[in-house]
Amino acid sequence: MPVTHDSCAHCGHHHELRVENLGVRYREGLALDGISFASSCGSCVALIGPNGAGKSTLLKAIAGLLPIETGKIIWRGTQVAKWSREIAYLPQRENVDWQFPITVRGVVRMGRYPQAGWWRPFSASDEAAIEHALAAMGLLDLQNRQISALSGGQQQRVFLARALAQEAHVLLLDEPFSGLDHPAKTALAQTLRDLTREGRLVLAAHHDLDTVRDIYDEVLLLRRKCLAFGPVVKVFTEALLEQTFAQPANAGKEFA
Amino acid sequence: MIDWLTEPLQHPFNQRAILAALLIGLTNGYASAFVVLKKSALKVGSLSHALLPGIAVAVLVAGLHEWSAFLGALFAALLIGLGSLAVSRGSRLDQDSSLAILYTAAFSGGIILLRRLGVTQQIDEWLFGNIMGLRDGDLWTTFWISFGALGVLTALHRPLLMTLFDTEVAATLGVPIRALNYLLLAVLIVVLIASLQAVGCMLALGLLVTPAATIYLLTDSTNTLFWGGSLLGGLASAAAVLIGWHLNLEQGPTIVLVLGAVFLMAFIFSPKYGLLKKASAHDL
Repeated sequence: MPVTHDSCAHCGHHHELRVENLGVRYREGLALDGISFASSCGSCVALIGPNGAGKSTLLKAIAGLLPIETGKIIWRGTQVAKWSREIAYLPQRENVDWQFPITVRGVVRMGRYPQAGWWRPFSASDEAAIEHALAAMGLLDLQNRQISALSGGQQQRVFLARALAQEAHVLLLDEPFSGLDHPAKTALAQTLRDLTREGRLVLAAHHDLDTVRDIYDEVLLLRRKCLAFGPVVKVFTEALLEQTFAQPANAGKEFA
Repeated sequence: MIDWLTEPLQHPFNQRAILAALLIGLTNGYASAFVVLKKSALKVGSLSHALLPGIAVAVLVAGLHEWSAFLGALFAALLIGLGSLAVSRGSRLDQDSSLAILYTAAFSGGIILLRRLGVTQQIDEWLFGNIMGLRDGDLWTTFWISFGALGVLTALHRPLLMTLFDTEVAATLGVPIRALNYLLLAVLIVVLIASLQAVGCMLALGLLVTPAATIYLLTDSTNTLFWGGSLLGGLASAAAVLIGWHLNLEQGPTIVLVLGAVFLMAFIFSPKYGLLKKASAHDL
């Protein structure tokens, strides 16, 4: 019996992200080969694998940023053609131009552009969604700050707030914990747990093996192919990790 | 003081020049925010130089008309912009190097050609502008180009801003990145051509970068960057026309010089990002 969540109450059925036989080409080879797994709302999934295993590539393919060679991505029973408002991709922190003259609120407002379109002025419900997202991420006091005047953990929360304003159900995060200090890591872990409990599906590339058990529900062991996928207790085992990391990776260079 | 403003305005050519300076400065100032945020000043500079050979060929083929020069300039900028893309894709050279080779070669050809076409007196205008020589028809052309460029840029403000801030996320939200980039480039080329009359192709880059670059040192708000840039561009250009009239200076270079002076002030005195602020932060 599927669990129901507040954030997906508007359509009664179970929200499932299903990836079938996904292949992504990189130069001559395949960066991802025959990836299949399915997870659903209310789960926090760690993508784990060595450098070059295709973690970023998988996230970008699901976000619609890379052309798909084989297979398909199905969200809530429909194939994702190019992009979906319900899937939010959060960039790696080092890929963001922090000097851009924009405030915290300005970034979060961008989350409403898909709803408001290119021209329509923001409605009351748009403003309410922005306000709610800022409040949920504890950014109300910082909303008029320029984004470089924030700590690493706060910067991460700005992009989460944008995804919330967008009313995304699937959050794709590329190494969200990298570069954060210890308290910020703990706080972000709690935030991801909260977002999951409210009924979102969180997929994060993760490399700190010590914290996997505390944060995630499911693990996908990746090395160009999906080596294993399932609940943390079953998949996050010595034997399978050894198999994932043991030999030198020959998966080709990961997309930057 | 009032006389300083009103006396020049008695002459119709000054009225036209000031109006044109306001319009061109406003449009360039607004567009300059995109150039600064896209960090593409050098590329735009190359394209502005590419306008001259276009004019030369147009004059050779169709004779000297307003529209032949305009179309020639447009065509040359597109040809060199796309040509550099083709060269960089077809060889191991990067696009900036390809662009540098193409535009300097074309510019040299343009100069040699123009000197032999008996339009010697216009060469200076195309290089450095002649806003005092403006006719009513030119003013209308400027008006419509400004109107169109500002219209397109304002209408596409949201998707353009998203693309500039965060290309990948913009793509995941359904923004057609590639089409928008081409459109932005096309609008910038048209804006460059409109400013030919005021500052010429050698100085057009100054007008299309400095206003927003100055405001960039003063604000953290995107809206202020755009509207502050247009305001600064318009006012500084109009003021420069007056200053040029009183001090008997060429208006084109004066416009760019005034903008440069304002930038220098912002660079030193900006309350948040200025040199003085940085120096005092070091002392603490």
